[in-house]
Amino acid sequence: MDTGELLAMYERMALIRRTEKAAHDLFLQGLVKGTTHLAAGHEAIAVGASAALRADDYVFATYRGHHHALARGATPEECLAELMSRATGLCGAKGGSMHLTKAATGMLGSYAIVGAHLPMAAGAAWSARLRGTGQIAVAFFGDGATNIGAFHEALNLAAVWKLPVLFVCENNLYMEYTRIADVTAVARPAADRAPAYGIPGESVDGNDVVAVRESVARLAERARAGDGPALLEAATYRHFGHSRSDPAAYRPAEEVERWLKHDPLDLARGRLTELGVPEETVTAADERAQETVRQAVDAARNAPPPDPRDALTDVWADGGAAWRT
Amino acid sequence: MADVITYREAVAEGIAREMRRDPAVVCLGEDIGAAGGVFKTTAGLFKEFGPERVWDTPISEQAIVGAAMGAAMTGMRPVAEIMFSDFLACCWDYLANEIPKVRYMTGGQVTVPLVVRTANGGGLGFGAQHSQATENWALTVPGLKIAAPATPADVIGMMAAAIRSDDPVVFFEHKGLLASKGAPVPPDHVVELGRAAVVREGADVTLVALAAMVPLALRAAALLAAEGIEAEVVDLRCLVPLDMSTVLASLARTSRLVTVEENPYQGGWGATLVSVVADEGFGLLDAPVRRVAGECVPLPFADVLEERVIPTVDKVVAAVRDLTAY
Repeated sequence: MDTGELLAMYERMALIRRTEKAAHDLFLQGLVKGTTHLAAGHEAIAVGASAALRADDYVFATYRGHHHALARGATPEECLAELMSRATGLCGAKGGSMHLTKAATGMLGSYAIVGAHLPMAAGAAWSARLRGTGQIAVAFFGDGATNIGAFHEALNLAAVWKLPVLFVCENNLYMEYTRIADVTAVARPAADRAPAYGIPGESVDGNDVVAVRESVARLAERARAGDGPALLEAATYRHFGHSRSDPAAYRPAEEVERWLKHDPLDLARGRLTELGVPEETVTAADERAQETVRQAVDAARNAPPPDPRDALTDVWADGGAAWRT
Repeated sequence: MADVITYREAVAEGIAREMRRDPAVVCLGEDIGAAGGVFKTTAGLFKEFGPERVWDTPISEQAIVGAAMGAAMTGMRPVAEIMFSDFLACCWDYLANEIPKVRYMTGGQVTVPLVVRTANGGGLGFGAQHSQATENWALTVPGLKIAAPATPADVIGMMAAAIRSDDPVVFFEHKGLLASKGAPVPPDHVVELGRAAVVREGADVTLVALAAMVPLALRAAALLAAEGIEAEVVDLRCLVPLDMSTVLASLARTSRLVTVEENPYQGGWGATLVSVVADEGFGLLDAPVRRVAGECVPLPFADVLEERVIPTVDKVVAAVRDLTAY
């Protein structure tokens, strides 16, 4: 493992962690309305996968998608501005926390209907194949999505059409408030279903950024070579509840403690130390992330609200919303 | 070129014309390939364009429309077939939540230039789950354009406009019209979406109709003419964009309005249309408006029952007589 790359991945994870903390604080201050589904704890999946992808590959995420947007090049400032309903937000404050999208960098959206984006990712992969670009598509989704029809329809279509698409399950043990194990017939809700579609189903420690990077790199190469889709189930844990209204009191204390000790940032920091990277170098990366997010919060706070007239733009490709000629 | 072309042939011809001019146009759906579609509306496409342009899918409506969406977001112009319009409910998330919203909720970052084609409507005795006119389902969702051609020429012209549209279009092909015939159209025949057509002129009453209700309204108009009542018939052609200016201009000539809708009265497109007339054209009216629409029941099987439920020429004639006597 190249230490420069690992340090860069660490810094990106730190940036995500700081941004999530800022989102949480801003919500408590009443500056973020609606809800947020924080991904603190899931950073290694987004960052490790992104490090293994080409810049022009496509990514589709869920309502818990801040980390994917940030891993794919969205800035903390544009993400926080979106959450704070500012005109400078990633989607002009029309999307909000659950719909962070940066199409220019291949982050093709965060979708808040569970499982809906898996067929879309298959379609983007189909398109890449038809255009002969060598791109792949990746759909990140939670364990809860594995019991949705669209999951199964997408897997079957991708398998029979041999599409270059990866399905990456972020299994954090809970769907929303209910344990996935209590409502699912197999132990690994994603990976155990893969054989039914004739595709590889693998597990990985989703808190180990290096392991995620290696798994995604291997499966991506396979997909690019024309060998079809794969399912990767990444084990991870939410630091917060399902959403802002959920204190996650249903989780056993010892389970929470065990997983917090298996923090993706700590793991990466440990690896860096093992590889001989000085402590102060890692701390400097942390401080850069903290400062970037501090400036992002200030900039978002000072940004203007959207113009109410913009509520009536962007329905159609001509920019407008007229339904009559 | 043949003297006449059927509505069914026009569907395949309309798609083929666009596939020839734009390599980004690809088709996907159940049985659309070598089988040519269960209604033979894709006959010949697989032979001409091959399996890399015409893709048979599993029976997976969510995968079909979801994949079409992903492809449309990334540079293709997919034409997805949902065999019967009733089955749109199986992929309703994509039509209601995903496709029409993604441009808006991303602040205009993403464009979804796709067409979802589907066989719509009753009159053929297919029973309650294969006979509905479902264009109103789509009408409830901002962000979808809705086309429903009534003639072979319009099928080709509106298919061209739909496939070239940078916005998503739900394209309703009426099952009851598939065997109907019309004149062939020249190359590059395009009918802009949102342009209604006055298909019969008349001074006494305006009949506004869509798809299979257009020829039905025309038959009613012919009967009424024998009684001395001249009906003007407007083929709406699209529900979104909705051409209210043509409707209001017609009303300015006739001062009486009847909508002829196959879908249930409950929530029908005619209700939207007459609400706009009430709002913006009240002064044009010399009589109440009438909506001839489907009854608010599931479509029954037997012909005699189905006829009782969906609009008929007699029902339209009766509504017009009633209005002209007002």
